[in-house]
Amino acid sequence: MNTSFEWIKELVPGLDVTEQEYMDAMTMSGTKVEGYRKLDADLDKIVVGQIMEIRPHPDADKLIVCQVDVGSGKNIQIVTGAPNVAKGDKVPVVLDGGRVAGGHDGSITPGGIKIKKGKLRGVESEGMMCSIEELGSSRDMYPEAPELGIYIFKEDVEVGSDAAAALGLHDTVFEYEVTSNRVDCFSVTGIAREAAATFRKELKLPSVTETGNEEDVNDYIKVTVKDTDLCSRYTARVVKNIRLAPSPKWMQRRLAAQGIRPINNLVDITNYVMEEYGQPMHAYDLDTIAGKEIIVRRAEKDEAFVTLDGQERKLDENVLMICDAEKAVGIAGIMGGENSMITDRVQTMLFEAACFDGTNIRLSSKKIGLRTDASSVFEKGLDPNQAIEAMNRACQLIEELGAGEVVGGTVDVYPVKKEGRRIPFEPEKYNRLLGADISKEEMLSYFARLSLSYEEASNEILVPSWRQDLECDADIAEEAARFFGYDNIPTTLPTGEATTGKLSFKLRIEEAARDTAEFCGFSQGMHYSFESPKVFDKLLIPEDSRLRETVTISNPLGEDFSIMRTIPLNGMLTSLSTNYNRRNKDVRLYELGNIYLPKQTPVTELPEERMQFTLGMYGEGDFYTLKGVVEEFFQKIGMRQKPSYRPDAGRPYLHPGRQADIFYLDTAVGYIGEAHPAVTANYGIKDRVYVAVLDMPEITANAGFDRKYQGIAKFPASTRDISMVAPKETLAGEIEKVFDEKGGAYLERYELFDIYEGEQIKPGFKSLAYSLVFRGKEKNLEEADLAGAMNRILKSLEGMGIELRKS
Amino acid sequence: MKEKLQKIKEEAVRNIEASGDLSKLNDVRVAVLGKKGELTAVLKSMKDILPEERPAFGQLVNDVRAEIEKKLEEAKAALEAKELELRLKKEVIDVTLPAKKNRVGHRHPNTIALEEVERIFIGMGYEVVEGPEVELDYYNFEALNIPANHPAKDEQDTFYINDEIVLRTQTSPVQVRQMEKGKLPIRVIAPGRVFRSDEVDATHSPSFHQIEGLVIDRNITFADLKGTLAEFAKELFGENTKVKFRPHHFPFTEPSAEVDVTCFKCGGKGCRFCKGSGWIEILGCGMVHPKVLRMSGIDPEEYSGFAFGVGLERIALLKYEIDDMRLLYENDDRFLKQF
Repeated sequence: MNTSFEWIKELVPGLDVTEQEYMDAMTMSGTKVEGYRKLDADLDKIVVGQIMEIRPHPDADKLIVCQVDVGSGKNIQIVTGAPNVAKGDKVPVVLDGGRVAGGHDGSITPGGIKIKKGKLRGVESEGMMCSIEELGSSRDMYPEAPELGIYIFKEDVEVGSDAAAALGLHDTVFEYEVTSNRVDCFSVTGIAREAAATFRKELKLPSVTETGNEEDVNDYIKVTVKDTDLCSRYTARVVKNIRLAPSPKWMQRRLAAQGIRPINNLVDITNYVMEEYGQPMHAYDLDTIAGKEIIVRRAEKDEAFVTLDGQERKLDENVLMICDAEKAVGIAGIMGGENSMITDRVQTMLFEAACFDGTNIRLSSKKIGLRTDASSVFEKGLDPNQAIEAMNRACQLIEELGAGEVVGGTVDVYPVKKEGRRIPFEPEKYNRLLGADISKEEMLSYFARLSLSYEEASNEILVPSWRQDLECDADIAEEAARFFGYDNIPTTLPTGEATTGKLSFKLRIEEAARDTAEFCGFSQGMHYSFESPKVFDKLLIPEDSRLRETVTISNPLGEDFSIMRTIPLNGMLTSLSTNYNRRNKDVRLYELGNIYLPKQTPVTELPEERMQFTLGMYGEGDFYTLKGVVEEFFQKIGMRQKPSYRPDAGRPYLHPGRQADIFYLDTAVGYIGEAHPAVTANYGIKDRVYVAVLDMPEITANAGFDRKYQGIAKFPASTRDISMVAPKETLAGEIEKVFDEKGGAYLERYELFDIYEGEQIKPGFKSLAYSLVFRGKEKNLEEADLAGAMNRILKSLEGMGIELRKS
Repeated sequence: MKEKLQKIKEEAVRNIEASGDLSKLNDVRVAVLGKKGELTAVLKSMKDILPEERPAFGQLVNDVRAEIEKKLEEAKAALEAKELELRLKKEVIDVTLPAKKNRVGHRHPNTIALEEVERIFIGMGYEVVEGPEVELDYYNFEALNIPANHPAKDEQDTFYINDEIVLRTQTSPVQVRQMEKGKLPIRVIAPGRVFRSDEVDATHSPSFHQIEGLVIDRNITFADLKGTLAEFAKELFGENTKVKFRPHHFPFTEPSAEVDVTCFKCGGKGCRFCKGSGWIEILGCGMVHPKVLRMSGIDPEEYSGFAFGVGLERIALLKYEIDDMRLLYENDDRFLKQF
């Protein structure tokens, strides 16, 4: 929403503040001013000049030398190349030392362009005659300006007077951010009301006089509203003997300041009233209305209609139409029809000011794919009471501007009059909610300026119908607070029952995950939750995999963002790929983010969201590096049992020989592996990539932060080394399982210290060497204490086809 | 004998002084005091001395021995000190050579910002809670006083799964879920991922993060909201930060406000960063709308509360001067390493 400052000042005559003061105060009372533009910011020393004499330039064919009366008592000489000036013309002249806003090509120079006396091809020039573009505007806003050349005043302006004033350029345009609840502020009068309340000045609304001749509008038109649910009010008046002409300069200037291009008196009046009251109006050529009748009804299914822009539109039974006895003549609140539009030949006009259902207009406009100035206003939901005021104001302007003869009377179909609300006045309650101490009288004075009246007998606030946003005490408390000033409300802290600030256990585990990953050199990445269904192919996930059952977005930003991820690897591989392509070395990333598993497809209830802790790396390090990070994390969160790793996890996106599911106490908690080379190739990475994914709900269930001191060993340890040659396929995990199961109470720990396959070992076998550390808690161990455990271990190993080597 | 002892002593002292290093010094010690040393030999010859002279002679030998030992100790200490000095001189390193870097990963700037916010509110007694990212339309809109067909539903450009399920457009639904639990008072913040149908550019992302705060108790006032957020702003942006509350509109709060803080770059004087205004808008807030309270089963006549919402990326971008939001989701190592 924009308004001209001059227009606001006309409605709030006592307003005497600077632009900045206005902006700050309005913003602080709730009408946020985004910014303002002074139309004359870069204009200086611009006066009306009259060309008294024109002579050719002695040395240039395209230049002329003018003697110009600028009211200073002595003509000044100006050299110009403009083709359109003649002796006697009154033009805007910038004097020596003055400034203009830009060039005649319409380019704006920030800060303006300083104009100085000088010589043009040897002839003295003491100023410059200006085009409308040089004054910072355009022919759109000043249609009377010539296409090329100097602006020439058609009206009677005094020589030597302020030309910017004559052009209405001493004005400022404010731009507001109006919130969706304040429909009333999408109008100059609405903003002016807020300004009056903010600055505690009187509001002077235009006085609308009675209009119309002796005739009766009912002899011209009959209106029937069939669908009153979508049209709460329809008012119509008729104007005959229309005389189309440009509107007067004051109206043109005001529209220009609002950023609206002047067209002709009828259009300009409609736009003017739209700006003033926020009520869109529409005009039909009455001679095209069959049966002299207007019927407001829903469209037929698949009805086609040509709007006044010449486009054919497809409608359905939810779209409201304005029709005559035979045909549709307009889409209600959105756009009129080509068949009934005002042309230059119009004689008699039907003027419509109605109130249509906002939601319906919004949905219809979406459906038809046509959003107009009118529809964007109607969709906010207008106050039906303003329709008649706008109608009468428009007719008043028609009479004042001599644009036609207004027929007496109004057709007003308004079955259920909308009344303003009544809200009990409870000042203590407002103060209690605000934590402030605003006196009752003070509150009532704010309300009065907002046209919220107080009825003493009932102790109620009477809310005008245009304030649809005011419904309950909290709303009234806000009105009091805005004008008391949010700044003036004290600053306190909540009192009452103390509460404990904390992170949930889940969040603490996630924090530990971040800490561990970072200690191990992994940086945190973040990825989108939605991705393309094509990622399943990239990850070699088979067609029938459950992972392909997804939560699917019905209105995505495109296929690439259309499904909620069911596996976190695509994000990780994409980021690693980005780094790889940018030649970043040895990259390690982790992510904590959800996957979304539908409980059924299509989705009928909320999916399961599972937090995944994903680690990915390339460059330095290998499978075992990553495995170390996983185990480090388990230690950190109190998962002190030994996890187990089951190879052949059957995950197609991982290297078949280098993958494992991770089990903790027999629960699958995640997986780890090298990404399948075909997958890394799909992501353009020509290096080995290792990934691990931990399913945080399972992890969290097994985690804990309890710690117990175990004591520091008092007795020395006894170490036994075992060297063995095992079949190649025997897993270290299987051997270690033997230690775990047969090692007895004294086995403290064991460590693989050598593993070798090659020349000295027979084919199909590998050599492994473990160091077993035994320790007694209560005594020094003797050979006899170890013998049993060692024998059991060695026997079991032999049973697995493992040869023991004497060390 | 006396003369001999005197001679041994003088020679020993001479040799000690001449020794020059610890091993030679040891040779001297052995030569004099060792089993086969000169002084030991003298002691052995005690038997040749008259019994009545022996105590005096013994005393004399011991004195000489003590004196030599003392000299030896002194010489040893001096030589050790000299040797240490030499070693230290030899061991001089170039301390300006580059450090051996430990490989440590870096937190995402969003998380750093989030943890700062969490720390502040946990300190004020707030619990950190979460809610679903794929959410029921009811919680995301209706229970927040945004009924079906409300223009706000359009404004927010929601991603829909179906008519009833959406990707949450705000973390406010967590508010409602918290209130529905029925446990009062409430003092929570709810951080999380939210989604809006915005095309990706330098300042927009279809997925970003918000932190919602909610306090419900008896006698909670707008003044409390002001005080709380003023405290928050000071903690986050510095002691001298001022806050400005501007009236605004949100469907789920009334009265509502937008909050600006004094620009932390220029301190409020106005600069390029704050577009000359001296203020930076950081959050929206207000008193929980009585309708929202009622819908969640809380009696607005008895309880009141406030809520606020702040964009995590907005804070991260502002605080760390990141000029393009896309950087946050690219995960370029060279970017992440800067945090």
